[in-house]
Amino acid sequence: MIPELGQFAIALALIAACVQSVLPIVGAARRNTLWMASAQATAVLQAGLLIFAFGALMHAFIVSDFTVRNVVENSHSLKPMLYKVAGTWGSHEGSLLLWVLILALFGAAVAVMATNIPLALKARTLSVQAWISVGFLSFMILTSNPFDRVFPPPLDGQDLNPLLQDFGLAIHPPLLYIGYVGFSIVFSFAVAALIEGRVDPAWARWVRPWTLAAWMALTGGIALGSWWAYYELGWGGWWFWDPVENVSFMPWLAGTALLHSAIVTEKRDTFKAWTILLAILTFSLSLLGTFIVRSGLLTSVHAFAVDPERGVYILGLLAVSILGSLALFAWRAPAMEGGGLFAPISREAGLLINNLLIATACATVLFGTLYPLFLEAVTGEKISVGPPFFNAAFIPITLPLILVMGLGPHLSWKRADLPGVLARLKWIGVTVLLGTLVVAWVADGGPLLAVISMGIALWLIGATVQDWARRVKLLQSGAWARIKRQPRAAHGMSMAHLGLAVLMVGAIGASAWKTDTVSFAEAGTTVPIAGFEVTFEGIEQVRGPNYIAQVATLNVTRDGAFVTQLFPERRVYPVAQATTTESDIRQTLAGDLYVSIAEPAAENAEGLWTLRLIYEPLVNFLWLGSFMLVLGGALSLSDRRLRVGAPRRAAPLNATPAE
Amino acid sequence: MRRLALILCLLLATPLVAVEPDEVLDDPVLEERAREISAEVRCVVCQNEPIDSSNAGVARDLRLIIRERLVAGDTNQEVFDYLVARYGDFVLFNPPWRPSTYALWLGPFIILGLGFLAVIMALRGKSGQLTASLTPEEQARLEALREKDGS
Amino acid sequence: MNRLVFAVPFALAVLVLAFGYWGLSNGRDPSSIPSALISQPVPDFALEPIEGVDTPGLSTADLKGQGLTLVNVFASWCGPCRAEHPILTRIGREQDLRIVAINYKDQPAAAADWLEELGNPYALIGSDLSGRTGIEWGVTGVPETFIVSNDGIVLHRFPGPVVGDGQRRFQKALDAAKAAQ
Repeated sequence: MIPELGQFAIALALIAACVQSVLPIVGAARRNTLWMASAQATAVLQAGLLIFAFGALMHAFIVSDFTVRNVVENSHSLKPMLYKVAGTWGSHEGSLLLWVLILALFGAAVAVMATNIPLALKARTLSVQAWISVGFLSFMILTSNPFDRVFPPPLDGQDLNPLLQDFGLAIHPPLLYIGYVGFSIVFSFAVAALIEGRVDPAWARWVRPWTLAAWMALTGGIALGSWWAYYELGWGGWWFWDPVENVSFMPWLAGTALLHSAIVTEKRDTFKAWTILLAILTFSLSLLGTFIVRSGLLTSVHAFAVDPERGVYILGLLAVSILGSLALFAWRAPAMEGGGLFAPISREAGLLINNLLIATACATVLFGTLYPLFLEAVTGEKISVGPPFFNAAFIPITLPLILVMGLGPHLSWKRADLPGVLARLKWIGVTVLLGTLVVAWVADGGPLLAVISMGIALWLIGATVQDWARRVKLLQSGAWARIKRQPRAAHGMSMAHLGLAVLMVGAIGASAWKTDTVSFAEAGTTVPIAGFEVTFEGIEQVRGPNYIAQVATLNVTRDGAFVTQLFPERRVYPVAQATTTESDIRQTLAGDLYVSIAEPAAENAEGLWTLRLIYEPLVNFLWLGSFMLVLGGALSLSDRRLRVGAPRRAAPLNATPAE
Repeated sequence: MRRLALILCLLLATPLVAVEPDEVLDDPVLEERAREISAEVRCVVCQNEPIDSSNAGVARDLRLIIRERLVAGDTNQEVFDYLVARYGDFVLFNPPWRPSTYALWLGPFIILGLGFLAVIMALRGKSGQLTASLTPEEQARLEALREKDGS
Repeated sequence: MNRLVFAVPFALAVLVLAFGYWGLSNGRDPSSIPSALISQPVPDFALEPIEGVDTPGLSTADLKGQGLTLVNVFASWCGPCRAEHPILTRIGREQDLRIVAINYKDQPAAAADWLEELGNPYALIGSDLSGRTGIEWGVTGVPETFIVSNDGIVLHRFPGPVVGDGQRRFQKALDAAKAAQ
């Protein structure tokens, strides 16, 4: 019964969305306050209905209701409860339900929380948001019903892929979706602004918290996914330039550019068309990502619900939303420019360069990801574009970006004094140079590019800290009061910039100075790596809730002194008929010692185990840096200027141009 | 069936290094080269994984062949050519420089160049008006100030 | 001119979406890899027969001047091979085609049992224990079937089992090869 109610709730939500997609926007055109205000009710209703539907599906998973196909295919009665719950969004249908739920929640959040926004803009925004809802809800009802029944019900489920049974993965998709889908509201704001025909600093300020929230979630989601690949999949790597990773990275890059460009629109009333375009593109790239992941257009290691028919439907949705919004942009945006003037050396110009480089990086990733498809369509040739291309193209764009990033916050708006700024940063520059030499000395030669990149990361740290210290006059009395008085958004910026530098340190360390060894091991075998000696003590069989594991005991010593014991496992899941590698890691800030065991592939190796050891220096700076990025976003989001101090438009509410 | 292979790949996933102990060459320089090459060769079964980190049987065979050829004195390029002759350009993660990939390799530069042009135009628009926006009196005062400063 | 600049994103999006549509239509398989051997002479190889099976082994010379030949790569451990076996056998018999085989990475005893059970339509079978010959042929998995011309030129590579829709596509390629002879 509950599944049918869930299905019914989805249908009702579609009706609510249909009403919301027409009534408020027509109301806005006719200045009918009641119609405009209806968006509030329908948005909340839609969210409530989808919360119910999602709850119904989750309930089916929790009680292992094997009359529901989705549960049969993705769950098992013996599975731990956390993964039963996570199974709700483990499949194509379930994750799509989560997708529309988040879409509706963002709509409802705008309806309820955004009290300072003019009614007409809000009504139009919510209508646009409902257009997206209608598209995806009907997609779900027509092609991917999560509540399909099976008859007769089987005795037990087929289990969720054991690799997907991990805490990091359980929360990775929701976070990623909050990011992806969160940009929908920014998109809706942009389209609403295009329909109204006006963008001004107030608009930019209203949109900023939503952009920040989505950006934070996406940052967290990507970091978690990377962390998951590193720890759970046991791949020992954290970024592979795989198409599915790339499609999550592109909206992140576009969203980052948007955050910066929106600041200029907010403070200086310029870059308007560009900000609008970025708002549209960020969500369009999120949609493109959804499309690529679910259609099987490109092969990827992250296999997921590959179905060309569904792909065509999503492509249709994409075509309508992306082409519609970009056509509107081409029509309305040319009238939008104007606003603040600035000199070639100024904060604005710095942010312009920032946007140029980020946008180029984003376009490069898009181009490289889709190029094999282009070439295959044109000539029939099949080529691969992999990490060597992306590293070669991406790094030269990023390094200058980081250089400018250190400088940017020091520049003042409108017209900056570059010689003055450089003089201020003189000692930072000297310190960074010395630091780079130390890095080169410690790395003992090492790849030159890595040493230079490390120097640039140090520069960003130095320049950011100096900027922050100068703003709060850290070394003079009363610094704490000044720190508290400063707008949180300014602290947020420093924190996020610092976070990126820290992340960069991790990325460079773990890719340039990583070492690994692989060897046969039996009881007593000792293998040296990165100053450690690792001794294989033996194997023990252990039984888990839904698996059987072989657990190795490894003693780690350094210069004869005991350091730690590690227990990598090889697990067999009988129901899912799968084997997984559970690596074990000694984690320190200096680096991770990563160990795993496997059965040898060679025939004449009975009684032996394949022992793989990897040492990844500085890799934890990656997660630390990602955390700092999110924290910076949170600081900025908590800035009270974004909540109260309600920005008001100078012009009267309804002075919108005729449509 | 191919889809099945893909899932198998996911389940077979091992640490970044799939190299087996019996494959490792005694000569560390050759082994290093073998690792470099196999990191750039796409596995034909577990696509989107280099053979260096793929557990597929064919990947292991290819790793062994790469090492054999290096021991026999092949250059890296000759090893790549050997693989391309059998599996086509598809196996190269690093697309070769040739007419069909000119656009790929030049693309980022063209994008950057166009972007740069746009930025310069925007800057000229914005700052051109900035100086022009001074009235003649302001201009005169500015000059006077400059002279005073220079003296 | 200025207005046109604002239409550039639209134009680019149309392009990307058009390619996306192309990528989903025509039953395109994104993971299929075109063979590098097409229109090339068959690779140099010489394989011993399977131990315990009477059928002689297979080498490069056996594929020249013997008319149109199908080269089937199979293994007893591969499920889809079992599915395509009767169909290949029938194609060979009904269309009077010579079929030879490469037994890929298989235990000789298991392969012998398999042929015993399902019948042996192969004129020659080479036992590729190491899988090296498979790599010479650019094999990515089993089963795969190659169409080789009278002159020993590889005309077509068909990855996957010759069943259902695959059989239809395979027959099309086979008819084209016959017409070219």
